[in-house]
Amino acid sequence: MIRFDAVSKKYPNGTTAVDGVTVELAEGAITILVGPSGCGKTTTLRMINRMVEPTAGTVSLRGRDIREIDAPELRRGIGYVIQHAGLFPHRTVLDNIATVPLLLGWGRKKARARAAELLERVGLPAEMAKRYPNQLSGGQQQRVGVARALGADPPVLLMDEPFSAVDPVVRAELQTEFARLQKELHKTIVFVTHDIDEAIRLGDRIAVFRDGGRLAQFDTPERLLADPADDFVAGFVGQDRGIRRLSFVRAAGLPLRDGPVLPVTSPVAAARALDEPWVLVVDDARRPLGWTPVADLPVSGTLADAALVPLGHTFSLAGDSARAALDSALLSPARLAVGVDADGAVVGVADAHELTAGAAPTDRADVAGSRTSGAGSRTEAAGSPVAADSAGGDR
Amino acid sequence: MSDGEPLVRWQWIADHAAELADYTALHLRLGLLPVLFGMLVSVPLGILCHRRRRLYPPVLTVANILYSIPSLALFMVFVRYTGLTEQTVMIPLTLYTLSVLVPNVVDGLASVPEPVRLAATAMGFGAVRRVLQVELPIAVPVVIAGVRVAAVSSLSLVAVGQLIGQGGLGYYITRGLQLDFPTPIVTAIVLIMLLALVTDALLVVAQRLLTPWSRSRGTTA
Repeated sequence: MIRFDAVSKKYPNGTTAVDGVTVELAEGAITILVGPSGCGKTTTLRMINRMVEPTAGTVSLRGRDIREIDAPELRRGIGYVIQHAGLFPHRTVLDNIATVPLLLGWGRKKARARAAELLERVGLPAEMAKRYPNQLSGGQQQRVGVARALGADPPVLLMDEPFSAVDPVVRAELQTEFARLQKELHKTIVFVTHDIDEAIRLGDRIAVFRDGGRLAQFDTPERLLADPADDFVAGFVGQDRGIRRLSFVRAAGLPLRDGPVLPVTSPVAAARALDEPWVLVVDDARRPLGWTPVADLPVSGTLADAALVPLGHTFSLAGDSARAALDSALLSPARLAVGVDADGAVVGVADAHELTAGAAPTDRADVAGSRTSGAGSRTEAAGSPVAADSAGGDR
Repeated sequence: MSDGEPLVRWQWIADHAAELADYTALHLRLGLLPVLFGMLVSVPLGILCHRRRRLYPPVLTVANILYSIPSLALFMVFVRYTGLTEQTVMIPLTLYTLSVLVPNVVDGLASVPEPVRLAATAMGFGAVRRVLQVELPIAVPVVIAGVRVAAVSSLSLVAVGQLIGQGGLGYYITRGLQLDFPTPIVTAIVLIMLLALVTDALLVVAQRLLTPWSRSRGTTA
């Protein structure tokens, strides 16, 4: 685990990059350092591998003051990934990945075998091993950067805006892969970003920094969204934090009702009898086929004769979040979200109001969180009904 | 030049082939050893200037001032210490290379992208290893561009050394002038140009072999 104890960094010209940060970063978890540019998050990161030395306070790694450890030796035990990958242009992809094992004196053969294994692990084909970095795309370079950081299997990984130089599609891909990789590796990761969405998506814990290098809040993503410590954090997290918070609410617990659902073999009259504007038509396995407007139904026959409007999308009770459910409701022509089970069969429906009411937690006891500064503006959330309903607790 | 004398008497070249080969080898040595010595001085000096940027302007100024001193004057200075020897020619030629090589080493090191330098430090390279294994290899294309200029200019400057009797192929130029006989002059000039061209071509090949990674990007300088 990594511990900052009253750590400050002041430069001779009088600027303060980091101001009295005390924080403990959990082992095996992803801690995100986030904040506007110039808030000291990168400086904080670089103090962990002594690329920046604090002017006050101590940083310790597993209980040991890192100043006791020779800097190059310390760094070989800490993986590092940076924005533009920073691959060595004169070395092949394989030798780039083998960098730290070679520095540690593993020998060329063993280092390369390890590198080949990592190349596969980050999802790159083996034939890329012999290429040079300038022959790779930005996303591929970034993958090699991650593989290189994992070279000697360090317990700690520092990542400085690793995905911010690639386009949004590749970034989402890399984030997904990264989350998958972390599930296998359980590294202690410190990750700097200025993108709050990335922070919420990837972080187990988030440290929000403000100008002047002060820590504004250190909390889980859920708590950060539910209960920002002050106006600065609330503003940084963004106006739609109420909706984003729904990402942390599992769809499984949402209240659904049976709703106007009929099999495709039902007579048209049965649909009319429901007295609803829209009917969801399902097949014999209750898989949804589409919505049909009751007003436009043919005079007689079955629902097989009805004109269907596409669903938008359904949400899965097994894997999706309340946010996906809400999205499903908003995109549905009937304004009803369709929840399906693992086989794709309809479980029930709910409109946006029902969903958000269901997503609101009832228990307000654990709101306190671990605030680092004064009472926030709880009322900030009142503008959005979702957030107002859900201003406390986890789910 | 007397009337009727052809520009080149082929028979003279055939008769003097062995001697011409000796002088060509001498010319190569007098021209290229200074480049080698220049590199031995410029690489450490360039690394120093790169790390301590304040040193660079004064070092560059001194190198440029040295380059501006006429070779004849420098020969006369060194003759007092080293006599009419090869060293008297090679020392000034070495000093001349510095004004090209030092800036190229500094620029080459500066061409290392900042993220690469940062990554090397973060991976745990010590300062010396970082320079030797990361920064210098990446600087090679820029450094070799400087070596090419230095080598070609050094090979052509050697002939001036004939003023103190150490000019390599320059010997044939003064001989030809004394004898009013154009063949040795033309032969020497052609040989010097050939040496420069071949050396330059070999340096290009050397760079390609040393930097296979830069080829796909199409940079040779």
